[in-house]
Amino acid sequence: MEVKDLTIEKVSNGLKMGEFSVEELQKATTAYAKSLNDLNAFISYFEPNNSLNRGNLFGVPIAIKDNILINGTVATAGSKILKNYISPYDATVIGKLKEAGAWFMGKTNLDEFAMGSSTENSAFGPTRHPLDRERVPGGSSGGSAVAVASGSAVCALGSDTGGSIRQPASFCGVVGLKPTYGRVSRHGLMAMASSFDQIGPITKNVKDSAILLSAISGKDRFDSTTADKEPEDFTKYLTGDIKGLKIGIPREFFGEGLDPLVADVIRKAIEKIQGLGAEVEEITLPHTEYAVPTYYVLVPSEVSANLARYDGIRFGYSEKEDSLLEVYNNSRADGFGHEVIRRIMLGTYTLSAGYFDAYYVKAMKVRNLIKRDYDQVFKKFDAVLGPTTPTTAFKLGEKSEDPLSMYLADIYTISANLAGLPAISIPCGNVDGLPVGLQITGKMFDEGDILNIAYAYEQNSK
Amino acid sequence: MPFSGKEEIEHISGLARIKLTSEEKSHYANELSSIIDFIGRLQEVDTSGVEPLYQVTGKENVMREDENPKILENLERDIILKQFPERKGDFNKVKEILIRKD
Repeated sequence: MEVKDLTIEKVSNGLKMGEFSVEELQKATTAYAKSLNDLNAFISYFEPNNSLNRGNLFGVPIAIKDNILINGTVATAGSKILKNYISPYDATVIGKLKEAGAWFMGKTNLDEFAMGSSTENSAFGPTRHPLDRERVPGGSSGGSAVAVASGSAVCALGSDTGGSIRQPASFCGVVGLKPTYGRVSRHGLMAMASSFDQIGPITKNVKDSAILLSAISGKDRFDSTTADKEPEDFTKYLTGDIKGLKIGIPREFFGEGLDPLVADVIRKAIEKIQGLGAEVEEITLPHTEYAVPTYYVLVPSEVSANLARYDGIRFGYSEKEDSLLEVYNNSRADGFGHEVIRRIMLGTYTLSAGYFDAYYVKAMKVRNLIKRDYDQVFKKFDAVLGPTTPTTAFKLGEKSEDPLSMYLADIYTISANLAGLPAISIPCGNVDGLPVGLQITGKMFDEGDILNIAYAYEQNSK
Repeated sequence: MPFSGKEEIEHISGLARIKLTSEEKSHYANELSSIIDFIGRLQEVDTSGVEPLYQVTGKENVMREDENPKILENLERDIILKQFPERKGDFNKVKEILIRKD
């Protein structure tokens, strides 16, 4: 057994054929992950478990982003304020994976409360890129992407609010899927921006992405924003036949800021997809340039409300002070890191008296225009293709002093969250040895088509 | 809309319940000022007649029967109690919230 090459299928077959036991697999996986400790992908490791359910993910080692709750275990969200926090229940996705027999191998590093694009904002130190230790893996699900890219985990769960699954998947050369908003329950995912957050899979190939999405999706009575959709088997869409599918290429995704070498790789990938019989045409998404500013009004606003719960009163880091107000003020000041404080402050400002209409309501109107751009395109097209990120993985420290340049790392991924659409990033080549990701965005609840386009590309690029 | 800097930061950090040092105040005043310039670009967009989009599901007022939803049925009570920063028996002890002035 070569741990780093394992996929869900290989694990299932290996166990079935008796090539290795669950115990051997768990030991080997943990040993391999620990041998790569310098990557700092994991915040914690779990013990072997020999009482797994015999479901369709029986024995599969899965890494879980540390903002998703697993009953009775520590969940830090990459924050000092939750350093010793123990989850008192399972997230819905965790319950589903337990049912399916998966083994949680460990919790992965992230930008504090999922705020960031480099995994440098963790209270537990930065995660490093598996191909170049001086570079970032992307973020915020950097630990999950590195766990999969380095071969430590067979697959992983991340969360995506503005690109936090797709951007690190792109940087690390793995497959990252953000499902349609409402496809996967958010119950037990620490809330960052509730109208944007989605949990999704990070995997080595497209088929595993479809398998994992099938396992975690579905309506949940604990998350009233989940859609009334029956669970389905997404692998049934993976035919590899994309003849006649209509694909739009937004000209705004190839403008200023895009590394020309990345653009070349993306254009070649699009030509390949065209060669497989898809009809490709240039389109326009005219409000694209306003996606990032819209996001940085709405998300900090939701953040400032969602993170009010970390107040040093019921759980988490708490400073002993003489008055209630001082407990709040000092526990939050010392418990939160820089980026989190910045966003809470920004959101408090945009929601405060006198600014609410000018910023928050205005941004929600622009959000509507961005969604309408996509609605218009999807009347005629089945999917939208482009780069996942404007550059390949950047250097540690390169953007950490300049919040705006960091925010622009998500320029192509944010729109899908604003409009609630499913989007996947798949590896499609390299620039100077660093992976480039192709992003495929689909209609709401049309994960089937984007997974199939991704699959067709993957099968024909080997 | 101009961002007036340190005084405004003081007001916001008070609302957000985050105590900042004087140095941090000037630091965040600078950073927020450039971010607020950036998000100010939204004012260019013509949004007349456009409704705000609060969320994308199209769902409104999701209802359920008026019964115990049993959200907490599997909740580990002990785990929750143990995490109180200050505990008295099964109670969470907090600083006084009303102060008598006489």
